Amino acid sequence: MELTRLKAFATAAVTGTSALFASSAQAVEIEYWQYFFDARVTAMEQLIENFEAANPDITVKMTHFPYADYRTKVAAAIPAGEGPDVVQLFYGWLNDYKAAELIQPLPTDAFPADQIDAEFFPMVAAMREGDAYWALPTAVRSLALFYNERLFDAAGIDGPPDTLDELVELGKMMTKRDGAGNLTQAGFTIGMTAQDHHWWREGLVRQFGGDPYLDDYKTVNYNSEAGAKALEFYVGLGNPEDGIAGFGFMDEPQAAFKAGRAAMHIDGSFRIGSLNKTRGLKWGVTELPATADGLKSNYSSYWVNAITTKAKDEKYDAAVKFMQYVTSDEAMQIWLDVVGELPAKPSVGLTDANASNEVFGPFIRGLENANTTKFVNESAQRQIMVDMVARINLEGASVAEALAEAAAAEQKLLDDFYAAN
Amino acid sequence: MYRSLSIRQKQIVWAWAFLALPVLFYLVIRFYPTGNAMVISFQNWNLLGDRTWAGLENYQKLWHDAVFWQVFRNTFVYLILGTPISLVLSFLLAYHLDKTRFMHGFLRMLYFLPFMTSAVAMAWVWRWFYQPVPIGLFNNALAEFGIPQIAFLRSTTNALPAILAPAIWAGLGFQIIIFMAGLRAIPQSYYEAARIDGVSNVTQLFEITIPLLKPTIVFLVVFSSIGFLRIFDQVFNMTTGDPGGPLNTTKPLVLMIYQTAFTDFDMGYAAAQTVVLFVILLLVSLLQLYLLRDR
Repeated sequence: MELTRLKAFATAAVTGTSALFASSAQAVEIEYWQYFFDARVTAMEQLIENFEAANPDITVKMTHFPYADYRTKVAAAIPAGEGPDVVQLFYGWLNDYKAAELIQPLPTDAFPADQIDAEFFPMVAAMREGDAYWALPTAVRSLALFYNERLFDAAGIDGPPDTLDELVELGKMMTKRDGAGNLTQAGFTIGMTAQDHHWWREGLVRQFGGDPYLDDYKTVNYNSEAGAKALEFYVGLGNPEDGIAGFGFMDEPQAAFKAGRAAMHIDGSFRIGSLNKTRGLKWGVTELPATADGLKSNYSSYWVNAITTKAKDEKYDAAVKFMQYVTSDEAMQIWLDVVGELPAKPSVGLTDANASNEVFGPFIRGLENANTTKFVNESAQRQIMVDMVARINLEGASVAEALAEAAAAEQKLLDDFYAAN
Repeated sequence: MYRSLSIRQKQIVWAWAFLALPVLFYLVIRFYPTGNAMVISFQNWNLLGDRTWAGLENYQKLWHDAVFWQVFRNTFVYLILGTPISLVLSFLLAYHLDKTRFMHGFLRMLYFLPFMTSAVAMAWVWRWFYQPVPIGLFNNALAEFGIPQIAFLRSTTNALPAILAPAIWAGLGFQIIIFMAGLRAIPQSYYEAARIDGVSNVTQLFEITIPLLKPTIVFLVVFSSIGFLRIFDQVFNMTTGDPGGPLNTTKPLVLMIYQTAFTDFDMGYAAAQTVVLFVILLLVSLLQLYLLRDR
């Protein structure tokens, strides 16, 4: 009797402990890092909660940093074996992260490249190398044309323009100048410092029959007839005599639009939040204007998630599962609802409810014909566009000269980068 | 062992014991990063990945970089325009303010106020002052009188002076206070003696006031020179969107360093630029020591 009790106790103790060990061997904690932006953190908390409910043996710890510190922290942590297993980065940084061996390619069995090509919007292909994807977005951004409904009503116009010609035509009706010819109300906003450099590169150049880059964005190709036409059209919009916009009008394009002094404005989906907070502004949004024969072209950018080189063994497996979840349809819908960023897959984006949404619809439909520039240094490449227009406006350079100089400068930037990496 | 020391040696031991903390602080917080920056200037590093040795590559790149020379010129234009203008203005104001008894304290407060204002807020307000119609204060006033608009910031020639103006204005308060302290320190008996001898005000100014203000002037020249050589806040805030623009005509060295480091992530190149700035500032400081020595 005593003995059996003892035996039972011993068995129970042994099985109990082994059960304890077994569960602790299964429980994995992985770390996720992103930069701090309120809505993104809220959305990710929600995703983590859902993921942990579905995978009770995995916990995800999220850490976020101010945007300014982000790169330094990631760079310092991963080589030291600390920091994230799954990390968020801007798509334009992928080359740097790859070269520094901070991230590893996604496993091809869980993320078959051809399947991703088929399921995601086409611009995501910028993350593919050979048979493997290095990173994937949960959400993407694109451009659209915002318009001020009050100014449209005041001018007796019943709807936004569909084509570039209509943009100019309607813009003229809403452009006002004072007696000295100074712009007091603009039909349109203009400025390479805002989103216009994307619109020009991936939108206008293509719509005027060109191809802005060749050779996987390693060769600049906009110094062409199409590029010249696109630039001439663009600069013409801001012509001080008969243009529909003014360079530097109200300091910044989005400020002019927010203040109700500009009727139309091209910007990204990330602007929606701040426009909603602007009192007294009644705005609508529509797709970017097409050419006369209906050619559309848009630009898309995105933040991606990737698995770092720190993730190994069971943490790696957990990281793969987490990546699968954050790139799932469910996660994308949550991201759209919470953050307002667009789903990266047509299966989520082009549902009837999403694609016909009054606000998100135009952006989502724009994704179908969006291209993603493979920047090596986005701010430096933007600066080249800013300088190109400044040469024409301030130094009296011809369109051809300015275009040639910009193309040479950008080509040098690309060459230097690819020579070093 | 401590017991066998003389009183003097014990004092030295104690002095170093107390000094150890600030010395350590300086070594870790000041000298180590400075030395490290000099080492990085001979390396290539993009913050991610390893540092690799580059030899003199960064300095050669600097020598052949057209933007660097433009920026170098801009930096000295800020210095050469900024220092004399601000000194002459602040001296004139201090000289007359010193003679004013009416609401003296209030006036002095008014002059000092811009110096205490955040440079960022001030730069943005001036940025809006400079806009074209319908929002720019200056251009609206011009339009009122039918005078053509002036492109302040959107011009390759006007932008630098337009940015320099608020920088000078903001620094005036500090310089006026220092000048007034210097003026007060000149013994009244010199002026009394001069008046008895029938010396004119102008002669008093050039023979008594300015020579006796020399230490003050040297201090302010060096202080404001270093300030203008390191100008950043005003330029960065008044030209965000096109930083240092248009066409790099307003870009100072510090802004170029900032961009190279934190938008291009080219730490080695940025460090090389920093070393150049360090050498310039060092030369200015040595010049100060030299000028002060002859007194």
